[in-house]
Order: sequence, then C-alpha cells, then structure tokens
Amino acid sequence: MSLTIIKPGLLDTLQDLGRTGYSRLGINPGGVMDRYAAQVANMLVGNETREAVMEIHFPGAQILFEQNTLISITGGDFQATINDEPVPLWHAIVVRKNAVLHFPKLHHGGRCYLAVHGGFCVNKWLNSYSTHLKAGAGGFHGRKLEKGDELPFKESSIYFAGLLKPGKEVEVLKWSVDTGSTYQHPNEIFIIKGNEWDQLTELSQQHMLEDNFTIHPFSDRMGYQLKGADLKREQNTELVSSGVSFGTIQLLPNGQLIVLMADHQTTGGYPRIGHVISAHLPKLAQLRPSDCIHFKITDIATAENLLIAQQQELNILQRACTERLNHTVC
Amino acid sequence: MHGYVVKKLTSVLSYSKVTNQYKIFPLGDAAITLDMGNSINEALNQKALAMQLWLLNHPFEGMKDCLIAYSSLTVQYNPVIVKKHYNLSTTVFAWVSDYLKRAFEKSVQTGHKEKEVIRIPVCYEGNYAPDLAAMAQQKQLTEQEVVNIHTDTIYNVYMIGFLPGFSYMGEVNERIAVPRKQHPTQVLAGSVGIAGSQTGIYPLNSPGGWQIIGRTPLRLFDPFVPEPVKLQAGDKVQFYAISKQEFEEYHS
Repeated sequence: MSLTIIKPGLLDTLQDLGRTGYSRLGINPGGVMDRYAAQVANMLVGNETREAVMEIHFPGAQILFEQNTLISITGGDFQATINDEPVPLWHAIVVRKNAVLHFPKLHHGGRCYLAVHGGFCVNKWLNSYSTHLKAGAGGFHGRKLEKGDELPFKESSIYFAGLLKPGKEVEVLKWSVDTGSTYQHPNEIFIIKGNEWDQLTELSQQHMLEDNFTIHPFSDRMGYQLKGADLKREQNTELVSSGVSFGTIQLLPNGQLIVLMADHQTTGGYPRIGHVISAHLPKLAQLRPSDCIHFKITDIATAENLLIAQQQELNILQRACTERLNHTVC
Repeated sequence: MHGYVVKKLTSVLSYSKVTNQYKIFPLGDAAITLDMGNSINEALNQKALAMQLWLLNHPFEGMKDCLIAYSSLTVQYNPVIVKKHYNLSTTVFAWVSDYLKRAFEKSVQTGHKEKEVIRIPVCYEGNYAPDLAAMAQQKQLTEQEVVNIHTDTIYNVYMIGFLPGFSYMGEVNERIAVPRKQHPTQVLAGSVGIAGSQTGIYPLNSPGGWQIIGRTPLRLFDPFVPEPVKLQAGDKVQFYAISKQEFEEYHS
C-alpha cells in the first residue's frame, strides 16, 4: 500500500500533531498548521488523530495511488480532482488503484490535508512523524516531498474496495463533516493580551483592536508577518529571550507584528503583544498572504472554553465517523 | 479574568541570591511563563533550571513541554486534558499558576555542586573566523587578544533556543562584547559567535546575526544519535584554540 508523488508541489510534508517534550533542547513542536482539519482528515478514514497526514500547500503535488485506498482531504480548497473528476473536501473517498489526485486551482485556504486509511508508514523522530525541515529529520526523510517519492501506508484493517462501482475510479462516501463554528468569521481572530501589551502606547492599543492587518507575502510555517499601522511602545526596553508559543504575536523593531506559527522558534526576545487563542489557530492557518485579520481581545476563560468546546465537537465527530465507517464497510 | 500573579515570598529562600519576586502570566491559553525578572543572572537561571527539573520529576496530567530561558520558565500544556483530569471549576490557567508556585517553592538548586567543564575546540583562523579581524579592530585589540579573552572565561550555558541545540552562553568579557550585525548573513554549522555579552555556537547552517570569530569541528546537533543535542542549559563550557590543520584533521 503506497502512493507516489508524480509531480512535486510547493511545500508538501508529512506532519502530525507535533513533537512535544524537546523544546528545552531548542527543538520546536512543529506539526500541522491546522490541527482541526488534520484531525478530521484522520477521523474520516478511521485513523487515530495522531497519525501522520500530508500537509499540502498550493500549488500542490500530483499524487498517484498505487493501490485501492480510502482517503480524505480537508482544510483549504484547492479544487481537488481525481482523474479529473472533482472530489469534495471533508468526505471519505475510495479511490481505485492508479487513480491520480491533482489540485488544479486555488479556491481558498492556506493548506489542505490528505489522510490515508491506516496512516503513512514512516519512522518517527523523537516520538513524532512531523517533518522538521531545519533539522532534516522526521516525516519523510526530514524533507518536503519530491518527484518519485513513494510513501507507504500502514496495514489496512478494513475492506473498502468493494465500495467502488464497476468502471468508476472514485466513490465519495455519502456522509460529510460539518465544521461547525471552526472557520466562521474567518478574519476575526480572538487574542488574549500578551505580557507586553501594557507597554504599547494607548494609540497603538487602539490601532491593534480597530485596524485591519494584512498578511504579508513573507509568511510561512514559521510565522505570519503582518502589515498595518506602525505600533509603538512607551519605552523600548530590551527584553532577554524567553519562551514563545504557536500563536504568540510579537512586535518587531520596525513597528510591525509577526504571529508565530507551527514552526516557530522555541524562544524569542521581541515584546509579546498578544496570543491568538488556540481555537482560532485553525482559521488563522487557513488565511493567506494579502488576507486581512481583525483582532479582538478576549479573556483566558473564554479562550479555554472555546478550545474545550472545539475538542468536544471533535470527539463527537470521531465517534460519528467510526460508526459510519463501520456501518458502510461491514 | 486575564491576569497575572505577582507574588512576594515572605519566607527566606534556601538560595539567597534568588529574587523574592516573580510574575506568572499566560503565554496564550496553552502555555504559561514564570518570569523572575528581565535579566541575565546565573542565580535566577539556576532557579529556573531547578524548577524545570522539579516539573520534569513531577509533571501534571496534560503537561506537554517545559523550557527555561535566562530568567524564566515556560510550560506548554493541553488545557482540555488538565481541565478534565483535575475536574476544575476554575480556569486551567489559574490551576497551572498554582502548580508553578509550588514548583517555585519546592524546587531546590543543586548549582553549588562542582560541574565538569566541557572543553570545546575552536579554530579562530582564516575562513573559520570571518568577523574576527573587523571585530578586533573595532575593540582595539589584536586578533590574538580576542582569542585569549574568549578562551579565558568559563561560560555558563543559560539556555538552548533559536535552533535545535543553539546554546546561549555568557557572559563574555566586556572587552570583546560586540552588538549583533544589522543584517543576518548565512552562518555555517559549528560557527562560534558573539552578540552583546553572549557567546554561542550555531549547531546548523542558518541565517544569523552574531559576529563569527571561530568555528568548532564538534557536531553539537545530530538528529540521528540517541542524544541529538550535546549542550544543555546549566552546562559549563570553556573554549580552547586549535589550528586550521587540527580543525581539518579533527574528523580523520
């Protein structure tokens, strides 16, 4: 069981939910940018949510399935087709051997996720499948996927090839996932105040909450640089380095903001103006350069409750997917 | 309520040099920082290290990761797991704050114990030291004097960050303290640099802004060995000079 990259994409890597426990060695957690979409992709094909998925950026790879396979695609919409037939996001899809998956057009979103039933069979590095590009380790040989790469899957436990109708290359299973509130109001990003928020001038605090910020083209898995009003602190005291996290919003010396994303460094020395709440990181991960962001301040209790609600929704989805899948294939 | 805790300790700490004040604040909704002051100070760093050790020995359910910086400790956690496991009626942040206060009170430094000094060979010559000449001139020293001063001090590894295994060491003698470059350049793995009063080693090829005064043939980060990172916070390091020839022969 495997798939082959017949044409490489811009940046396609294997990722899981991240590598935890090594930040004191300077090894950042990494992992998928959109944890919601990646987990749902796994659920749809009957996997545990910690399996590796392929994170695909536009333009995405062309992928040949070497065997009959159960897949799902979630997250950003790159108008996926299989043998030129459009296939929907957020569905489980059975594909026939030799079918080719292609992402011809960017419709919206920052990255999409491809999960295969059983999960990708690669070695873990420091207990995680995530690709660490700087270290050259994890994922598929520590690098982005290239032409000719053959990615094996783990053993399949269920039989789904019988779902393919004769002469058809694709069978989209009937149910799909309702992503609920996760991606609603895509440009409205909730933050909690950072430790240096109070150091901003009153005017800068106003700008931060009333203005729109645009995602700069120099944005990647490490961070989103934002373009907006020049923000100033009352005093430019130097900070010694300390820990940062996924979603930390730092003020750069030029008065512009950067939001740290999945591949952020473990420590940083720029003022922490705010932190994007975890429940809003998936929708932030689906924004692209030139998209706008509007920040709204919330408190820690709300942030925690929104994350807990999102996780409960995922738990319900997980059970529903397992049930549907068992019902369909037996 | 969003907030932080400033706590003044009334009791006398076993380690007298540690400040009696710290601040706990959220680093988002899934991480928390305990900060003992915005300074580079070995006693505070030792305290952070002791807290980290205590937390690694007494992890709470849902704790994902823990790191220290110069004078602070950061813990990453999964709020969903913490809330459920401890059946909390308060915010997870409030509960983890209390846990960190306990870590502060219970952790004991072992820093007074003599630590073995790790000796690191560095070639301070030619291509291995692209910024040495300009820096020596700027500081009105000969290159040899810079090398002597740099190799004279036993450095403390305050923290690891920036890149896998990048060590922040200090403090360098002020006679060779130079600000980082205005514009980062491509730096090769093993390069030894100075930025302000800090010195450090680039474990990987990377863009970087530190002034490069030498290079070590040692591999400080190797992802495919059981302990990928060689230096850790709390280590003591002293550099010694080797020739170009010794550098080139190092691996053969």
